[in-house]
Amino acid sequence: MIERKLLLGDEAIALGAIHAGISGVYAYPGTPSTEITEFIQGHASDVRSRWCTNEKTAMEAALGMSYAGKRALVCMKHVGMNVAADAFVNSAITGVNGGLVVLAADDPSMHSSQNEQDSRFYGKFAMIPILEPSTQQEAYDMMPYAYALSEEKKLPVLMRVVTRLAHSRAGVVVREPMVQNALNPETERTHWVLLPGNARKQYASLVSKQGELLVSSETSPYNVSHSISKKSAIGVIACGIAYNYVMENEPQKLDIPVLKVSQYPLPESAIKMMANQCEALLIAEDGQPLVEEQVKSLLGADYLVKGRLTGDLPRMGELTPDSVGAALGVNIEQPYVAAQHVMPRPPALCQGCGHRDVYDALNKVAAEYQGARIFGDIGCYTLGALPPFRAIDSCVDMGASITMAKGAADAGVFPSIAVIGDSTFTHSGMTGLLDAINDNANITVIISDNLTTAMTGGQDSAGTNKFEAICLGLGMDPKHVRVVVPLPKNMEEITRTIREEIEYKGVSVIIPRRECMQTLQRKLRNKKK
Amino acid sequence: MKKDIILAGVGGQGILTIATIIGEAATTAGLNLKQAEVHGMSQRGGDVQSNLRLSTDLIHSDLIKQGAADLIISMEPMEALRYLPYLNREGWIVTSSHSFKNIPNYPDEDALMQELNALPYVATLPIEDVAKENNLPKSANVILLGMAAKYIDILTPEQLRESIARVFASKGEKIVEANQQAFDLGWNAVK
Repeated sequence: MIERKLLLGDEAIALGAIHAGISGVYAYPGTPSTEITEFIQGHASDVRSRWCTNEKTAMEAALGMSYAGKRALVCMKHVGMNVAADAFVNSAITGVNGGLVVLAADDPSMHSSQNEQDSRFYGKFAMIPILEPSTQQEAYDMMPYAYALSEEKKLPVLMRVVTRLAHSRAGVVVREPMVQNALNPETERTHWVLLPGNARKQYASLVSKQGELLVSSETSPYNVSHSISKKSAIGVIACGIAYNYVMENEPQKLDIPVLKVSQYPLPESAIKMMANQCEALLIAEDGQPLVEEQVKSLLGADYLVKGRLTGDLPRMGELTPDSVGAALGVNIEQPYVAAQHVMPRPPALCQGCGHRDVYDALNKVAAEYQGARIFGDIGCYTLGALPPFRAIDSCVDMGASITMAKGAADAGVFPSIAVIGDSTFTHSGMTGLLDAINDNANITVIISDNLTTAMTGGQDSAGTNKFEAICLGLGMDPKHVRVVVPLPKNMEEITRTIREEIEYKGVSVIIPRRECMQTLQRKLRNKKK
Repeated sequence: MKKDIILAGVGGQGILTIATIIGEAATTAGLNLKQAEVHGMSQRGGDVQSNLRLSTDLIHSDLIKQGAADLIISMEPMEALRYLPYLNREGWIVTSSHSFKNIPNYPDEDALMQELNALPYVATLPIEDVAKENNLPKSANVILLGMAAKYIDILTPEQLRESIARVFASKGEKIVEANQQAFDLGWNAVK
C-alpha cells in the first residue's frame, strides 16, 4: 500500500529505517536528532530503542548488532560524533555484517549547539560512503538504499542531515516495510580483532574499496545533474539541503547548470564534465567548505571555484535561499526593512525550575569567596550563564565541568565548583569524578538532578535513582555525598550545605534533586485525561 | 498558487498547534507543504518561529525568502515585527496585540504598537482577553488562526474548521467545539 504522510525530516528518517528492517536504534538525545529515536520508540515495538548513556556506547552496541547480522541505526547530533569517534572510525576498519547506518544531525548556525562542525569530515576521515538527503522524501527513500549499500560494501554508511531538514515537515510517500534480518553472527574473527597484523589487512581492504565507492557515487540515483553539458559562465554544485536553496532561485530560468550531490565520495566525472563547460563553479554546501576544498584540488589552481572560502557565500552559519540567491546574482525585492522596536528574546530557565534555586544558592555562597569559579556543563542549566543568574564561568563539552574544575583546582583555584545535570553526569561525568576522587582533588561537584534529560524534551535519564550509589561506588566518602531539595524555602539549608562542602578539603558531591517542571506538568496533564 | 506563512511567538504560546491545524488541512486538501519548525533550546521562553509554505506546485526551500512571505501570524506584537523583512509588499500581519514581557529591555509598548499599526496591512486583536471573556482560556491561538483564515485563501475556512475537528478529535467533543468556537470568534473579529 502506498500512502502519503506529513513527516518531520527526523520522522522520515525513522520511518525509513523501520521500513528498511532495522532491529535496533541506539542513540543519546541531542538536538536536532532526538525525534528520530522518539519516533521509533512510539512506532515500532519490534525495534530495540531504549536511550543509551552516550554516543560511544550507542555506536558500539549498534556495531555489535551489526556483527550479529542484523540492521542497526545509530543517531546523534554532530558533537556526539566526537564522543563516538573512536568506535565510529574503527567500525570502518572492522567493516560490518548486518547493515549499519550512522545518522549525524548537524546544526549550522548553532541553534542549539556549541559549534557547527560538519560531520561529512568524519565520513571522509573514516573513508566510508556519506549520504546527504535534500528532502524529507529522500531521507525516507535513502534508508533502504543506505542499508543495501552498507551490506554490499560491508562498511558502515554515514547519513548527514542539518537542522533545517531534521526539523522541517513535508509530505512523504511511504512503502511496505521489509522484514528484519535473521540472527547471523559473524564467523570471521580476523576482521574484528584489530591487532596490528589484522588491522593492517583490514585497512588495506578499506583503501582498496575506495574505487568501488567512487563508482557507486558516480552512478547514484541521488547525484543528479541538470544540463551540465551546457556551456555557461557558472555552474553550481549543490549538496544536500543547499540544493533546495539553489532550486528556489530557479537556476533553469537563468540557464545555470546544476549538479546535485547527495552521495559521497564526490562524483568526480560529473564535476569534471561540468567544469569543462563552465567558466567557474559555485559550491553551495551547508556547513563547512569540505566540497569546495576538494573541488579546488580536483580542478587545479587555475580554475575558479567559488563558495564560502571566496566570500561568495557566508563563511559561517547556515545557508538560506537569500544567501544562495545573492551568490547566483538574483536580486531580492524587500519592501520592508527591519523594524525598530524589536529586541532579542533569549531562552530562559522555566519559572519554578529547580536549577533556578541551585543558582540562587550558588551565587549567594560564591559571593563570599573572592576566587570562586563555577564550571558549567551542557543542558538546560547552561542557561544559568545568562541574566539574571550569570552564574557559570564555562560550558565546553559533555562532562567537562567536573574535569575542568579538577584541573583548575590542581592549579590552585579555590573554591572550584562544577555544576552538571543528571543525564550529562552519566553521559560523561562519571569517569571525570573518578579521576577527581583518585587524586583527592579539592572540588565541589553539584549534580543538579531533575530526573530527566530536560533540554531535549524530557527523555529518560540513565542514572535516575542511582546517583548516590554511583558516587559511592566510585569511592566517594559517604559523609560528603549530600542530597538537598532545591526549593526557595530550603535556601538556608542549601547554602549551608554548599558552604560546608566547599570548606571540606577533598571531593564533595551535592545532589539537589527535584523533578523538571516540564515533565511534572506533562504527567499531571496526562493524569487528568 | 502559493501561500508562504511565518508563524511567530514565544516558546510555549502554541504556534506549533496553529501550524499543525493548517498543515493537516493542507495535506487533506492535497496541497504541497513544507514547514520548518524550531525545536530545542529556544522553546524555553525564547522567540520561536515556523516557516509554513503551502503551494499547488513543487516547493523547494524549507525556508521562506526575505520579502516573500504572504502572511505573518504572531501570538505577540514584537515577535510579529521581528519578521518584517520577510513580508512581501501585499503581505498581511495578523497578530495578538497582547505583549509578552519576559525580558527586561522590552520596547516601549505604545511606540511598538504605533510602528506596527503604521504598516499598511495589519489586523490585531487582544486574543487573550477575547479568549477569557468567552471562557476559552486555552484557545487564544485558535482565535488568532480564525483571524488569519481571512488571508489564508489557499484553504477555505471550512477546510480549517474541519481540520480543527480532526486535530482535537482525541481530546473529546467538548474541546473540538471550544476550538471551533474560538476559530469563529477570530474569523468574525476581522472585517
